[in-house]
Amino acid sequence: MFAFIIRRVFQALIVMLIISLLGFAIKQSVGDPVREITGISVSAEERDALREKLGLNDPFLVQWVRFLDRAVHGDLGNSFYFKRPAFDVILSKAPATLELVFATALLVILFSVPIGIYAAVRPNAWPARFLMGASIVGVSIPVFLTAILLIYIFSVTLGWLPSFGRGELIEIFPGWKSGFFTWDGLAHLVMPSVALTTIMLPLFIRLVRAEMKEALETEYVKFARAKGLRPSRVLLLHAFKNTLLPVITVGGVQLGILIAFTILTETVFQWKGMGSMFIESIERADTSLTVAYMVFVGFIFVVVNTIVDVIYGLVNPMVRVAGGRS
Amino acid sequence: MKKMMILFLAAALLFPFSAGAKTLRLAMDADPVSLDPHVQLSGGMLQYSHLVFDPLVRWTKDTKIEPRLAEKWERMDDLTMRFYLRKGVKFHSGNELTAKDVAWTLARLKRSGDFKGLFEPFADPVIIDDYTIDIKTKKPYGLLLNMCTYIFPMDSKFYTGTDKKGHPKDTIVKTEWSFANENESGTGKYVVAEREQGQKWVLKAFPDYWDKNTGNVDEIILTPISEDATRVAALLAGDVDFIMPVPPQDFDRIEKADGIKLITMTGSRIITFQINQKRREEFKNAKVRQAMVYAVNNAGIVKKIMKGRAGVAAQNSPRGYQGHNPALQPRFDLAKARQLMKEAGYEKGFTVSMIAPNNRYVNDEKIAVATAAMLSKIGIKVDLKTMPKAQYWDQFDAQVADIQMIGWHSDTEDSANFYEFLYMCPNKETGYGQYNSGNYCNKRVDELTLASQSETNVEKRMAMLQEVEKILYDDAAFIPFHWQMLSWAGSDKLKNANDIINVMNFPYFGDLIMK
Repeated sequence: MFAFIIRRVFQALIVMLIISLLGFAIKQSVGDPVREITGISVSAEERDALREKLGLNDPFLVQWVRFLDRAVHGDLGNSFYFKRPAFDVILSKAPATLELVFATALLVILFSVPIGIYAAVRPNAWPARFLMGASIVGVSIPVFLTAILLIYIFSVTLGWLPSFGRGELIEIFPGWKSGFFTWDGLAHLVMPSVALTTIMLPLFIRLVRAEMKEALETEYVKFARAKGLRPSRVLLLHAFKNTLLPVITVGGVQLGILIAFTILTETVFQWKGMGSMFIESIERADTSLTVAYMVFVGFIFVVVNTIVDVIYGLVNPMVRVAGGRS
Repeated sequence: MKKMMILFLAAALLFPFSAGAKTLRLAMDADPVSLDPHVQLSGGMLQYSHLVFDPLVRWTKDTKIEPRLAEKWERMDDLTMRFYLRKGVKFHSGNELTAKDVAWTLARLKRSGDFKGLFEPFADPVIIDDYTIDIKTKKPYGLLLNMCTYIFPMDSKFYTGTDKKGHPKDTIVKTEWSFANENESGTGKYVVAEREQGQKWVLKAFPDYWDKNTGNVDEIILTPISEDATRVAALLAGDVDFIMPVPPQDFDRIEKADGIKLITMTGSRIITFQINQKRREEFKNAKVRQAMVYAVNNAGIVKKIMKGRAGVAAQNSPRGYQGHNPALQPRFDLAKARQLMKEAGYEKGFTVSMIAPNNRYVNDEKIAVATAAMLSKIGIKVDLKTMPKAQYWDQFDAQVADIQMIGWHSDTEDSANFYEFLYMCPNKETGYGQYNSGNYCNKRVDELTLASQSETNVEKRMAMLQEVEKILYDDAAFIPFHWQMLSWAGSDKLKNANDIINVMNFPYFGDLIMK
């Protein structure tokens, strides 16, 4: 078991090295940060002196090794635009993204479960068909367009909801400013989370429906019905409970994709989270922040995956054997 | 009755100041990058400087100079201008403005990487007394007063000492924390009360502001909204009161909307293509360059691509600049262009490469595509490559293509700046011709431009600059397109929005009056 853990950690380290190398390769082609932080009339020498000071004139590998050395000591570099350590900037933007993802996840669960169950039980009823059809429309429109449409309908035309930003925030504990506790904050949350939900919802409705259909065919459900249990009890307690496992597994994977989609949603709604920060860092050629973000996100994914793998190994010895020298 | 009283009282308590306080909600495409006005020479930082600081003098809407912190000034000799400072002006820290602060600020400008070029001609100033200062130049300098629009006196006492990191408080740092990046003490109408960079700024009116005859806005909430569509939607939805800039594709929509005004103004940023004579033998021939200018229908581009929202140009200097030569007119004539190509011996044409940015200037990519199509009509086949601005300038400097796009705005609001950067013979030592990727080189242009720097007689200076403009036109040193338009849009609550904007794109929000 110990050897297995060591092996997994070693693999994780290699993945991290590759991620940082990729990040650095991208950084080289994003553009020149010095251009971005100096006026256009600044002389070439002045600019070169600054480049030298920031260590941007060094060869690629030297820069990379220096970055790794600092990263190991917990320093991911300094954002040129924010003029603060990149790590602090990322952390300060995290609550916005996490709240958006949380609200979206909540909406997805709230809608996909009842609609999925309904569509499985009454596959031919017109509301079920309508919902299935409508959800396809939602997923086929790019989230960017959905977002703009929402803004034009609910902010510009009807004037019901605020068009951008996070609204009034309350600091719930140091560094975490939350929009969940004010009406204004919640009103600002509606459209971004709905836009994101339209992307995620169809998949989950279909998943719940498929799993549910399968469960309804099983012997134990038939038996439960034959016993004369209340239909609602059969549906929720016997059938639905057994569809949960695959739904949760897929849900975990989709959470990662959801974070990727936040980039577009955040940009349109000026939701100042990690997604819009990442895009803006590229536009501003704030390359140190771009790299820091990629490494940071990569690190989280690698750590989570490694822990999951190790737990799998603990639970299921076959995984350990399969991965080892056999 | 009692109930009514309580309700009334409650309402009064809830909205105590709603009657007087005026808040302007402002959305810009980006927020200023720092609180230190000397950290970067950019439009955003100058807009910020006009909010939180005051210049010695400033431009009016019709590009005249008006007094601000300097009440009056007089020329003492060829090298000296004496400025009389306004008395009783307070900095945000409570310190009083004196000539010492002006001298200190000038010295700091000369240390700033971004500003030192502009302030190179300046010598050390001489303080006469607390409210009088002689600003001196090394040589006679015609643009002394123009440059004083860049002197926003800083509070020398406030910025003196060492910060928590042990560095002097006045250090100019571009990429890291510094005292000056995070703290300000200017004389301006607004104090930065709250700032979350890239997200939200709250500026509050400074109670001790010296100028009592200004606008009535007590608070400005500045939100950067980089996404064009969202910025426009926020204005249409009434979530913000003023936006800048307005994307051209939304001009019509905003003009039609109720309660919103669109304001546009021809700016002074010229869009051009440079034709590289070092890379291409053909371009050394003036006839070929002229043919290219004749082949490009820039008025058509303004009409079709810019939807009429730009000023068609045949020269660098917009109207109002000393170098603007009214005789120079756009010259689109395809037959003439073909004729010139024939005379030059390039009837059959040739293939060239071209680069342009795709997110730097308004419609930059479309302009480049249209130009390529127009040049193909005289047999010049163009390989066009466009790229984001973050990558563009390195390619531009490396002169990777035969034809390269560049837009230029004169930092001095004067014609000579165009020639110094774009058309003087490139010279690594003096730095002239830094953006002359056409490698155009004409002794007379260099001579006249240099002479204009120390010419203080306006008439003589105009003649020199207009001659340069004429030479560039005749030589077809570049392909001119248009002067970009500046655009703003605001709700009708802003009573005098039209008066606070200007061609430099520094809206004077301090003068704004809101309903």
